Amino acid sequence: MSENNEPRHAAGPDPDRIPATQPPKSLAPDPDANLETPAEDDAAYVTSLDTAGGAHQPSAVPVSAQSGSLPGAPEEESLLRKIFTGNGIVTILAVLLALILGGLLIALTDEVVGTTSTYLFARPTDFLAAVWSAATGSYVALFQGAVFNPRGVGAAGQFAPLMETLTIATPLITAGLGVALAFRAGLFNIGAQGQIIMAGILASWVGFALDLPMGLHLLLVLLAGVVGGAVWGGIVGVLKARTGAHEVIVTIMFNYIALYLLRYLLDTDLFQRPGESTPISPVLDASAVYPLLFGSQYRLHLGFLLAIAATVFVSWLLNRSTLGFEFRAVGANPKAALTAGINVSRATILVMTIAGGLAGLAGVAQVAGTEKVLTDGVAATYGFDAITVALLGRSSPWGTFAAGLLFGAFRAGAVQMQIQTGTPIDIVLVVQSLIVLFIAAPPLIRAIFGLNPRKKKAAPAGKSQKAVATGGAA
Amino acid sequence: MSTTATSPVPGKPSKPQPGTPPADKNRKQTVSAKPVTWKLPVTLMALATVAFIFFGLLGPQSTAKFGVSSGGDFFQLPAIEAPAFLSGIVLSVILLGLAGYALVLKAQKNQRPPRWLPAVFTVVFVVAFLIWVVGGARTPSISLAGLIAGSVTLAVPIVFGSLSGVLCERAGVVNIAIEGQLLGGAFTAALVASLTHNPYLGLLAAAVAGALVSMVLALFSIKYVVNQIIVGVVLNVLVSGLTGFLFSTVMQSDPEKYNSPGRLPIIDIPVLSGIPVIGPILFKQSVVGYLMYVAVAVIWIALFKTKWGLRVRAVGEHPQAADTLGIKVNATRFWNVTLGGAVAGIGGSFFTLVAIDSFTKEISGGRGFIALAAMILGRWNPIGAFFAALLFGFADNLQSIVTIIGTPVPSQFMAMLPYVVTVFAVAGLVGRSRPPAADGIPYVKG
Repeated sequence: MSENNEPRHAAGPDPDRIPATQPPKSLAPDPDANLETPAEDDAAYVTSLDTAGGAHQPSAVPVSAQSGSLPGAPEEESLLRKIFTGNGIVTILAVLLALILGGLLIALTDEVVGTTSTYLFARPTDFLAAVWSAATGSYVALFQGAVFNPRGVGAAGQFAPLMETLTIATPLITAGLGVALAFRAGLFNIGAQGQIIMAGILASWVGFALDLPMGLHLLLVLLAGVVGGAVWGGIVGVLKARTGAHEVIVTIMFNYIALYLLRYLLDTDLFQRPGESTPISPVLDASAVYPLLFGSQYRLHLGFLLAIAATVFVSWLLNRSTLGFEFRAVGANPKAALTAGINVSRATILVMTIAGGLAGLAGVAQVAGTEKVLTDGVAATYGFDAITVALLGRSSPWGTFAAGLLFGAFRAGAVQMQIQTGTPIDIVLVVQSLIVLFIAAPPLIRAIFGLNPRKKKAAPAGKSQKAVATGGAA
Repeated sequence: MSTTATSPVPGKPSKPQPGTPPADKNRKQTVSAKPVTWKLPVTLMALATVAFIFFGLLGPQSTAKFGVSSGGDFFQLPAIEAPAFLSGIVLSVILLGLAGYALVLKAQKNQRPPRWLPAVFTVVFVVAFLIWVVGGARTPSISLAGLIAGSVTLAVPIVFGSLSGVLCERAGVVNIAIEGQLLGGAFTAALVASLTHNPYLGLLAAAVAGALVSMVLALFSIKYVVNQIIVGVVLNVLVSGLTGFLFSTVMQSDPEKYNSPGRLPIIDIPVLSGIPVIGPILFKQSVVGYLMYVAVAVIWIALFKTKWGLRVRAVGEHPQAADTLGIKVNATRFWNVTLGGAVAGIGGSFFTLVAIDSFTKEISGGRGFIALAAMILGRWNPIGAFFAALLFGFADNLQSIVTIIGTPVPSQFMAMLPYVVTVFAVAGLVGRSRPPAADGIPYVKG
């Protein structure tokens, strides 16, 4: 990793660039003063940051959706502080509120709640107890399916859910990193789904069609998958850089193109398992799959360690490398970056390529780790979940890692929840999307929980005094 | 949506009607001011060459047969029979001629090809393609009337969805949530129609549901200035989860009671519906189908011929200027987005009240994203979006027909076609698609 890119400290770019890097630089010395104060969430202020006072179009990703550190700002050290300042509280409250709303939804459709509500005024306690048991019952089952199952056989059985969570979190983390990295460069990578699929196609083909020695085979599978994802993402970067085609539209279209390509291939002799009429590929060779980490009783595989490695890599890339500095500069203000001599086109292409490669890693984790075959459901909904993972993680590498674990737990637990309490898995989608919605709108959370630091309400956010800063835009 | 540095500067006076043919007179002068690129002529030439090689030289030697009349027509027309090889050659030579004309125009006069050229090129290309596909099939005969009628039917939700997109984006709000609006409309239509035993109430409820989904989009993107794309993406997930959850818990518990909406009747206008080919598509539709034509016309007139439309477009192109003139920018956006959601909701009701008479999970199946593509291909214009949606409906329908008659083209590639075309469109290879200047940029009053 490090040999191809001399790791210069992010805060120390080329001397001749320094004079022109003023917009990011001027914010660099004390980012917390700008971003961690309660004012950060004032909608108008965010917009003024985004548009540099209305002077240019905002970057695709608002400052509030990024992790709150502009180029040159140390990130790790403020982690603890973040938790105790606005952002952390808002995140926790958003998760809490989403869970409460999800619980209400579960209760609302529960049969016992329905029957007790008919005599609500006669015995309201029955009704409330039913609501409570319906919601908590589901969540307890969710927890047991995701983290710790007290009824499991021995320690191995009790921690099996946790292993399942980590297995499911693996593709979520790597694909989420791809989305997050693109976010930081101001690009919306909606295309993780397609990138996972392309990676899955290439990796699985290498996995079942080639006959290679142990070790080398897996390495080639890994390489093929990463290249597949990287190319699929890179094309989007090239189109964006060369023609200005909006990456959101292009990536959405590329998702479908990849999906239909996959369906076509699974229909051909090249990919379809011989003697099988359903669209499914042969099983990957034993030499082409990830080794299991804790023996055959769990599905957890090497991919999880690679996901950790990928997180470290992205963290290093963003915070310690010149390239990452350029990415963040482009994300914070493309025009300033251009003025500073950063090749914005190159950064766009590169960031989409790397993002695609990371999503490709998720594809490899699917075909070489969890599934071991290629079907047309290889990407499941991981590509779309990756977007919410990256948003919840505020596009920081370790935030994305944590968010991936959380959503992995939701996914793993939901299966158990459906079996035990009959609550459909879809509730997870509801809770996930609510979390992201609430996190994206801190004023709403503050208003709901009465946390507004200032006297004025969140409602007239658009007309606050800070908006004056955006004034003379016209 | 933000574009790169090559996009027009916001301050530049933008033409109010970038995508409408009627504005041609005024545009003639401004066209030459823009740089004329080689992209379009070269792309056309490449496509024409492909057509010449595949549809012409490598064309099948059979005769493609297209049935025109269906049994119910009040007069019968003979089926069209086209010798596949010959028509392939003739049509691809026409394509080559058109592309050559565009190249000559660029080379000698540095002019953009006339507006009709890409349209004619598309039509000829599609016809050549159709003859090639049918000619190469095991049974080289299809019903043209059925093909077109089926295309229109499949296009209905896409048209409504793209109209929703046009309404939102003309006012400057990116609407990625079309899929969610369609799905929300489909679910609510099924539920309400089942409970009330009245599909028309279901239709109304679908509009309300679509509007509600849209209001969340409007609330978060306008009031809380959350990035519009984020809200859109998340809303799709939310609606998908919510409808899936309620489907599994409520509808599945008693499908008779909650999920048997009954269908909207097909209203057959006597005599007129008997006209071959166009009769069934124009005069033999459900209420939703007729509403589609009405909506396209009304929204086009409203956007481009009324004071309201001028204001909406001003808000989408240059909100500061609009604000200066006393237009309430954010209120306009809010209500436009809401209206767009209602339109998409009606489109969603098509799934559960017309196509199938029950709701299933993910019934919209990604059509909201195709609608987004149709809107872009139609250049943010209701009529353009309508024809783009028809093209996508055509591809969708052809895909299923192709699997039946057995052709050399895999059906998956037919299904892929709309998306590939859209990528070409946004990459500027088939004409310029320029979004409204302030699309996706929140307006904060200063």
